[in-house]
Amino acid sequence: MATTRSDRAFVDKFPHEAAIVKATFLVAFVALGIGAFFGLIQALHRTNVLRVIESADYYTMLTGHGVLLAIVFTIFFLCGVFHWAVARSLNRPAESRLFSWAWVGLMTTGTVLTTVAILGGLVPNLGMSADVLFTFYAPLQAHPLFYIGLAMFIVGTWLAGADWFLSYRAWRANNSGERIPLQTFMVLTTMIMWYVSTIGVAVSVVFFLIPWSLGLIESVNPLLTRTLFWYFGHPIVYFWLMPAYLMWYTVLPKLAGGRLFSDPLARVVFLLFLLLSTPVGIHHQYLDPGIAEGFKFIAMTNTMFLLLPSLLTAFTVVASMEHGARQRGGKGYVRWLGALPWRDPAFTGMALAGAMFAAGGFSGMINAGMNINYLIHNTLWVPGHFHLTVGTAVALTMMAGSYWLVPQVTGTKLYSRPIGLLQVIMWFVGMVFMSNAMHRAGLAGIPRRTAEPQYQNFEFLTPIGSIFELRVQIALGGTLLFLSVVLFLFNILLTSLGDESDRPVDAALPEPLSGPEGSPRILDNLAMWTGIAALLVILAYTLPLAGIIQNGGGLFGGGLPVPATLSAGLDFVVVTVSSAFNTLLGVIA
Amino acid sequence: MEIHTYEKVWLALSLVLIVGFIATIAYGASAGPGIDMIDDKGGTVDPATLDEHPKFGDPGIEKTGENQYDVYVVARQFVFEPGTSEPLRVPEGSTVTFHVTAADVIHGFEVVGTNANTMAIPGQVAEFTVEFDEAGEYGILCNEYCGSGHHVMEGTILVMEQSEFDSWYEQQEQQTGGEN
Repeated sequence: MATTRSDRAFVDKFPHEAAIVKATFLVAFVALGIGAFFGLIQALHRTNVLRVIESADYYTMLTGHGVLLAIVFTIFFLCGVFHWAVARSLNRPAESRLFSWAWVGLMTTGTVLTTVAILGGLVPNLGMSADVLFTFYAPLQAHPLFYIGLAMFIVGTWLAGADWFLSYRAWRANNSGERIPLQTFMVLTTMIMWYVSTIGVAVSVVFFLIPWSLGLIESVNPLLTRTLFWYFGHPIVYFWLMPAYLMWYTVLPKLAGGRLFSDPLARVVFLLFLLLSTPVGIHHQYLDPGIAEGFKFIAMTNTMFLLLPSLLTAFTVVASMEHGARQRGGKGYVRWLGALPWRDPAFTGMALAGAMFAAGGFSGMINAGMNINYLIHNTLWVPGHFHLTVGTAVALTMMAGSYWLVPQVTGTKLYSRPIGLLQVIMWFVGMVFMSNAMHRAGLAGIPRRTAEPQYQNFEFLTPIGSIFELRVQIALGGTLLFLSVVLFLFNILLTSLGDESDRPVDAALPEPLSGPEGSPRILDNLAMWTGIAALLVILAYTLPLAGIIQNGGGLFGGGLPVPATLSAGLDFVVVTVSSAFNTLLGVIA
Repeated sequence: MEIHTYEKVWLALSLVLIVGFIATIAYGASAGPGIDMIDDKGGTVDPATLDEHPKFGDPGIEKTGENQYDVYVVARQFVFEPGTSEPLRVPEGSTVTFHVTAADVIHGFEVVGTNANTMAIPGQVAEFTVEFDEAGEYGILCNEYCGSGHHVMEGTILVMEQSEFDSWYEQQEQQTGGEN
């Protein structure tokens, strides 16, 4: 670094951390490119606009699209943001460079193995495939490499979390009376949620799916592995969302020209997500037999309360933006909107992502409503919903945030702001087309995850417009979204190849309007919140899991239904197993 | 901790909204319209010996009372039995309780354009009741990815006029009786 930067950039202060962030972003963006390309092929195929693949290969593409975007892109990006945020907010480097590279290496190796298993499905006669989609519901079976790669990836994320906790512990040793800096607080609470929730998928993969795919056990209990998947499958939604929230709370107000409205309420929001994210997974299983209605009702109630932290976030983010606009001279009840920095792609991308999240939140309320859900379950409505949430609130915030973050770790200026602005607007417009059409197609009963919704015996009817028009919108939207990703990757590539700059980006983050001083210290008591989160999980899951194991033919399924006379003895076994499971939960959490 | 007045108002309104949502669902799901939830009342079945099962071994419709019927459906890659090779026939104005299970992997059973929709999971029986008010034809499709032929997995429900259905049903009964 020969340049002397007036304001020391992140890359100069923490060169090793910047290298880790660059590595995680690189994997994230490669996955984004491949996943988006698969998305384009799917959008054109299922609308019958252009078919370059066999319909059977559609599911290979769909598995790749889901895994590469929803797991690899989002979580590698999260790791980069969190690594940056911890070093920045604690103002100290990670404890061990080798350890940081170890988790990056493990996660990347796992990703490569899983991707190879998936793409193997495109090569005939290879005998390797993993066309099981992102949810890998057994008894559909993937090549063992798929599950092994996934397990390595998850363990890698656990080590990444340990890296950040180690930084925090070292910081705490020198700052015993201090409040946890806000960004670190967000990282740690998110990781605790992740530890609690990944236990489900780890148990499913390590104890059932890997031995089963290797032929060591004969069968699995399909409802059990499915329930364990959703035990993890809903909190992962918040794992995607929390890095976006971290940026909305700590970066967006600054980009808007102001400050965060309230630090304590930001803490409350992250704690609510820690407590409520996991005991809700059964809301993905409203239509599953074998789970009593009462458990579904509990999951529904918890889910509705999850609206609270998001509604609080909407308030804080809008209030912070308004504060920024007024600092910039904005006036009036709504005219202040015009004073916001709409030419800045980082700001505009995040603001548009937030606006779309509001729409996604309301279509999510339909999903969460256990009775209305029957109308749209597993229809195209559902991908319409999550392309607004993970596909825009998260993905667009990550892309927009990159325009501000990448220069901090490369030391180079953003290649082109106008291209960045065009890119984020294109994403927004493309998603308006694709997502509204998907929602409406779902109402007409068109299923999701289907290569070819061209059935012989019936036709879909839509109350407004036509099925043809919906297909055109989906194909057009999908194309715009893919082109938007191409522009993004091009802009980031040229940014990273640019010359070192004296002042790559204004990286200073101002203090919040209300700081943490006046807030109760109990907010920072992470051990207590972890305990409550674990307790809620135990309450929500013990009985449903026990019922599934008992009635569904045991841990490994396949067995005969249990005769009533035997069930008393079996009760004891189930209670023992589930309490051992809960103890395990308690220890790990 | 200082909370801005506007934020307190917003918080209160948010809670009202959430409780309101829960109340409408509680009303819709249990009181009032009483939308029947899929739950564990259908019981379980051994997927390995489904062919020997008294009901799922020969799935189809069975009269249980005045205008009351039970229908047993098996979903397997990539057909509904009955539904795909022959339509699932029910009489107009009847109340039909479906029992749906899967023989191999997880499938979906969705009557297109209605809220009759369930997962079909090996080992589990999904039980739900549908009222067929008008004669006509409905599509059934599998809405859970079940393998490379998932997109061809479809079927039909034929809601027949009572007299037409009765003569078909009688004929079925005689055939089955003859076999026994």
